[in-house]
Amino acid sequence: MCLTGLFLCSFLIIHLTGNFQLFKNDDGLAFNQYAHFMTHFTPIKVVSYLLYSSILVHTIWAIIITQKNKKSRPVAYAVQPKEGSIWSSRNMGILGTILFVFIVVHMSNFWYEYHWGNTPFIEYRTDLNTGTTVSKEISSAEYTDYVSYVDNGVEIIKSKDLYKAVAFSFQQWWIVALYVLAMVALSFHLVHGFQSAFQTLGWNHSKYKPLINFVGIWVFSVIIPIGFAAMPLYFLFK
Amino acid sequence: MSGNMNLTLKVWRQKSSSTPGKFVTYKAPDISPDMSFLEMLDVVNEHLVKKSEEPIQFDHDCREGICGMCSLVINGEPHGPKRATTTCQLHMRSFKDNDTIVIEPFRAGSFPVVRDLAVDRSAFDRIQQAGGYVSVGTGGVPDANEIAIPKVIADEAFNSATCIGCGACVAACKNASAMLFVSAKISQYALLPQGQPERYRRAEAMVNQMDTEGFGSCTNTYACEAQCPKEIKVTNIARMNREFFTAEFVKS
Repeated sequence: MCLTGLFLCSFLIIHLTGNFQLFKNDDGLAFNQYAHFMTHFTPIKVVSYLLYSSILVHTIWAIIITQKNKKSRPVAYAVQPKEGSIWSSRNMGILGTILFVFIVVHMSNFWYEYHWGNTPFIEYRTDLNTGTTVSKEISSAEYTDYVSYVDNGVEIIKSKDLYKAVAFSFQQWWIVALYVLAMVALSFHLVHGFQSAFQTLGWNHSKYKPLINFVGIWVFSVIIPIGFAAMPLYFLFK
Repeated sequence: MSGNMNLTLKVWRQKSSSTPGKFVTYKAPDISPDMSFLEMLDVVNEHLVKKSEEPIQFDHDCREGICGMCSLVINGEPHGPKRATTTCQLHMRSFKDNDTIVIEPFRAGSFPVVRDLAVDRSAFDRIQQAGGYVSVGTGGVPDANEIAIPKVIADEAFNSATCIGCGACVAACKNASAMLFVSAKISQYALLPQGQPERYRRAEAMVNQMDTEGFGSCTNTYACEAQCPKEIKVTNIARMNREFFTAEFVKS
């Protein structure tokens, strides 16, 4: 749990940093180039399959140990303890279930659509002398593959337009609501999860513990979920 | 006597580990706030004996808060509502007149009910026997302070050694995990020079015995630390994990 969990935490940083390009007001040029790079560069593809398997291992292992732990107390208490532990630490399963549903929805929204679905296509023409870029949507007939070349001082890029797919999805309020809810769940999941991973690994030196708690709360439970939640909200209110 | 309380108790009654138990309600009239919780149960049992009913069985021994024999989950809390206090040191002034108090045994598959509120905690004994000791050659008594140990290390080892093995950590844990107990027992030796020769063999053997006994795994909710009558810290659990990983992956 701790190793897959920390690996998934490291992914969040990359995913958030890359996706900040959605806020760039360039009709998605930077974001679409980035999306192409992330899905076609072999080392990244290897890491991404490692990531998908980590999500599955993290989920399946959680189910296995939860079943085993339930067997450790065959007769339940009549009165549940009122205090002693924070809510999120006792309800990682509920939070994790919300996140798993979110990941399935999120990947079918964008990952599946980008690879095999109906993502629109776009052509960017950048005049290398003036630096101005014009973009226009192109039909699937005009698009054969991702291309990037210079012709007569004009850089031409033809790409799948994931940016438009993202912008379109986040026009729907209920998708935005689901994403924001999932980020709240992510926040609570990591309030417990991040420091818990270090405790399990035995990395709890009194000198570094305050740093671990600080990073776990401020970076992983505040900044990262807010950063992700800002993206659907940005497109909804744009 | 004025100031005495009338209480209602809902007590778990169970004839043996193989028969199902149920809650039975008893009146506990005229209870002095100066009584300990166990003395209150003694009074209730006297009434039951006078009525020729079977008294409530519960574990107790020293009644000084140091032996680890008393148990009970009182209103959902092992050893009752006061922090850092065993049931025998809990006084009835912690309750109010006309309160209803629910009393259950420590509940864990590895702690089968012997009768009523008494549970069999010999799983802890078997974990101790697996490695919770230091093998010493017999000989003369060594001089005091012959082996220099830094004060902070000695204090930390002593804090771990204050674990009385009552099992409240198991009772408090949502997974019925014994890791606070086992980690305290491993820590007290891992920190001191006398524990070094058997350090990693001990960690491995005690953790394996803990798993064999069927305790759950630690999900770091830290409810054990909050409920421990001896305030054993969960830093012990992280230390045990380090000791165990080292034993498994580094030491032969």
